[in-house]
Amino acid sequence: MKKVHPAVVGAQPFQLAEHRPVERLFEDAEGRDRLEKSLSRYPEKKGALLPMLAYAQERNGWLSPEAMEEIAEALDLTPAYVRSVATFYTMYAKRPVGRYWIQVCTCISCHVNRGEEVFESFLEHTGTRAGEVSEDGRYTVIEAECLGACGFATVVQVNDRYFENVTPETVPEVLAQLEPGEPEA
Amino acid sequence: MSPKIEISLNGSTVEADASATVLEVALEHDLFVPHLCHHPDLEPAGVCRLCLVEVDGRMVTACNTPVTAGAKIRTDTPTVQQTRLGAVELLLVNHHGGTIDCEEGEACDLNRIARFVGADEARLGRYRPPDRTLPVDGSNPFFTFDPGLCVLCGICVRTCDEIVGVAAIDFVKRGFDTTIGSAPGKQWIDSDCVSCGECVERCPTGSLSFTGFETPEYEVTTTCTYCGCGCGIHLGVSGDRIVSARGQRENPSNEGRLCVKGRFGFTFVNSPERLTTPLIRRNGALEEATWDEALDLVAARFSAARGDAFAAIASAKLTNEENYLIQKFSRAVMGTNNVDHCARLCHSPSVAGLVQSFGSGAMTSSSKDLGDARCIFAIGTNTTAAHPIIGLQIMRSIRAGGRLIVANPREIELARHADLFIQHRAGSDVALLMGMMRVIVEEGLHDPEFIESRCENFEAFQESLAEYDDATVEEKTGVPFAKIAEAARMYAENSPAAILYAMGITQHTHGTDNVLATSNLAMLTGNVGVPSGGVNPLRGQSNVQGACDMGALPNVYPGYQKVELPEVRAKFEQAWGADLDDAPGLTHLEILRGVTAGPIRAIYLVGENPALSEADATHAREAMEKVDFLVVQDIFLTESAEYADVVLPAASFAEKDGTFTNTERRVQRVRKVIPPVGESRSDAWITCEIARRMGASGFEFESAEAVMEEIASLTPSYGGITHDRIDQVGLQWPCPDPSHPGTRYLHAETFPRPGGRGRFVPLEYRPPDEEPDAEYPLVLTTERSLYHYHTATMTRRVPGLETLRSEELVEIHPRDAVELQIASGDRVRVTSRRGEVEAHALVTEASPPGTISMTFHFHESPTNVLTNAAWDPVAKIPETKVCAVRVERA
Repeated sequence: MKKVHPAVVGAQPFQLAEHRPVERLFEDAEGRDRLEKSLSRYPEKKGALLPMLAYAQERNGWLSPEAMEEIAEALDLTPAYVRSVATFYTMYAKRPVGRYWIQVCTCISCHVNRGEEVFESFLEHTGTRAGEVSEDGRYTVIEAECLGACGFATVVQVNDRYFENVTPETVPEVLAQLEPGEPEA
Repeated sequence: MSPKIEISLNGSTVEADASATVLEVALEHDLFVPHLCHHPDLEPAGVCRLCLVEVDGRMVTACNTPVTAGAKIRTDTPTVQQTRLGAVELLLVNHHGGTIDCEEGEACDLNRIARFVGADEARLGRYRPPDRTLPVDGSNPFFTFDPGLCVLCGICVRTCDEIVGVAAIDFVKRGFDTTIGSAPGKQWIDSDCVSCGECVERCPTGSLSFTGFETPEYEVTTTCTYCGCGCGIHLGVSGDRIVSARGQRENPSNEGRLCVKGRFGFTFVNSPERLTTPLIRRNGALEEATWDEALDLVAARFSAARGDAFAAIASAKLTNEENYLIQKFSRAVMGTNNVDHCARLCHSPSVAGLVQSFGSGAMTSSSKDLGDARCIFAIGTNTTAAHPIIGLQIMRSIRAGGRLIVANPREIELARHADLFIQHRAGSDVALLMGMMRVIVEEGLHDPEFIESRCENFEAFQESLAEYDDATVEEKTGVPFAKIAEAARMYAENSPAAILYAMGITQHTHGTDNVLATSNLAMLTGNVGVPSGGVNPLRGQSNVQGACDMGALPNVYPGYQKVELPEVRAKFEQAWGADLDDAPGLTHLEILRGVTAGPIRAIYLVGENPALSEADATHAREAMEKVDFLVVQDIFLTESAEYADVVLPAASFAEKDGTFTNTERRVQRVRKVIPPVGESRSDAWITCEIARRMGASGFEFESAEAVMEEIASLTPSYGGITHDRIDQVGLQWPCPDPSHPGTRYLHAETFPRPGGRGRFVPLEYRPPDEEPDAEYPLVLTTERSLYHYHTATMTRRVPGLETLRSEELVEIHPRDAVELQIASGDRVRVTSRRGEVEAHALVTEASPPGTISMTFHFHESPTNVLTNAAWDPVAKIPETKVCAVRVERA
């Protein structure tokens, strides 16, 4: 397999919390701009919830309770409602994750194509347990709800990128592709 | 009433409401259809999948299927039974620990349903048990949440959203992991939860359960002792202790709902700090004494202080009967009209103002009808904190599409729900309201027909509007005029529109003007004399309406009959067999000032705590220190009782019989739930004993019922009230005769004024007495916490409430906080011209820039030391809502 440039794998700055502390979302021009643009697209403020959750994750690397509260405030929603929506989707990280956030689909199509084994294999090769950050801060592996690429089961999403037709045996290959060979900054 | 249709229910033809659901019809016909997620107070959800029935051969969930004419409904087919059994088994395995029996026993609906459908524990083994255990959330002092017993019916989530309007909880996560959770990263206690317990009350499985409650031996129905909402409450008794509380569903005032204080705040009754014996000051210290010693001493000292040297301060926490007796004692035995109570400090302008414009100073609508208003204008009321159950009616109105306008100097919780939130400068209400009225008149949104046929003095009033031009109103209120005009239109165009107000309107040197402004606004738009409209002063204490009605006021006898009218006086002289004074007596503040600069030598202080509640509290303390003879009658040794010469231990609301009149004029029963604690006695007994020992007659009552008979005979508006008639749900005055059904809303046909017309009053804007200056640059306004009541004599003896809020907080805007270099949690000193107080700061945008706010619940930080005693010239209420202060780090 061809080596992939890390920028393709990790457009989003998934990082440990201590590397990049949680930032307030809407206190600078960038945040306010994103909020306003998003609000302009929906008839109700509530509509901007999913994009704003995604923005918080993009900005902070994960979706912190503080960010959820801030979004609730900005969209006139209750914090419990925001949490309800955020926790419904596995794609929102409710805890800090590693540099590479590996989401392994185990829904029906992937399940019949050894999705669980792929998941186990990722845990084994990264030396982590589900949802936890590896000691070196590189990896977090979770089971994901359907990633919508059933034709290419088992599908694995690492940060922004999809890896298709992954088998337990090709897991090391996938991991190797994440590493460009030079040390992380 | 929706039309009736015929349907077939398990083979028999029955009549059903066309708007009903299949489940409602089945339950109405005593046919049990298992259900967990259905609750009559809530909209159907259809999530538990247990209420399966067959309608015309098709299986549906009964709770969200409307009935249709001719539908054939079967609740017991084999398919239904089998499918239902499977659903029940899955619930038992996943949410009930795989067993049928649980600790809750019969109280657990799932337990009962499992038996009903014939679930067999032996069959549960074939399911895979859940591989998770979730921790119990026991953070709230009053209840716990055990997710292991939760069937995810969502009743708690919907209750919090649909009824309480808080939505502090929601479903969290998905699939098998779904549970109920509060705000992100927080336990329940730290979330928006208001601890009302409505969700716990409705939880079908005991997943949410009360921590402090015990199973009672029996229950007694009475009226809550806290705010003026006057909720019906069943108190559970075990031995001689109160062990549980629940709302009375049949009571229209609350329909079974209670707030955190009402539901959990009863434990002060069992507090070990209760006064149990009389105390007499000997050699400077209060020492225990017998009733005979104490009462004889009081009788002797009072005998020597007859006439204007005596003053009584009655209490809005006592029953009607007791207030009646205290004012009768003052007038008939002591020979003075010097009797007043804390209504002077809260709603005296409502009485003065509304009597002037409408002829009657009470809430015009019923609480329940407020939920049907098309527009609610809440000005100067933090309803969800101070009157939580009326707050629920606001939520009901909003849910039905009604508009909500909130006007308040602070960004209160209600502001979140408002269509329009006006954050006007404290004390600028007249300018705000008159500005609104000018827009209404100019744009022709007023109701000329109502004004023509029902009102007077409109022309003079209309002329007075001219000076409230855009610029003036904007300058006084600090609010863009366009917003005020929008509020005017919203209020005028949505009828019926109800005005709700409380202390934010009344506690000003222009409190009476503020009240008159609200009544002008209601009359201008024809919103008086209709249900769900009107002007609604929300009374603060359980019986403040009643204490006023009973004439615990210096200028009127019971039923607001003026003391200076000879024919009225003659009636009472004859009834009481005594010569009565024809001059109005002294008001609350005048009584205390009368000690330092006047004739007052003896004060009979009942159930009141001026040391904390009086504006310029330092002066109140000086007066109590100085007065020759101070008798304090209370259930606890209050801050004021520490100045007493004699302390008389009173029975609490749960230890005596009588009546309270709530804010919607509903006279309701207060019942003896347990015997008086220690040697404490009811206030009625104590007052009658003092009178008896002074040789007076007319105080030989066998029961509270007998006192009410005397009240009814002398008070036209209570003429038809007897304890028998109000046995279950109370009656709303006016109720002039025994066949009168009570009055749901006031002024339907005429106003009770000479001529029968409502009177418009031209108003002139007057600024608050004290405005910020260089030395005292900030405005202090006072507020209330949901978790405490008045001077917190009762609520601070409830450990759970103390957990939820245990100290004073100075709320300050971030802008001011930055300038003063104050962060949340810093100790700050607040200084006014009258004194200084220390407390921790809370930096919040709820307080507008330039204004700080504090409650007055905490004796460690007695806020009223700071407040200004300058009073309204008509109602003589002090301006507790505005004074100038400076804040610095302590």
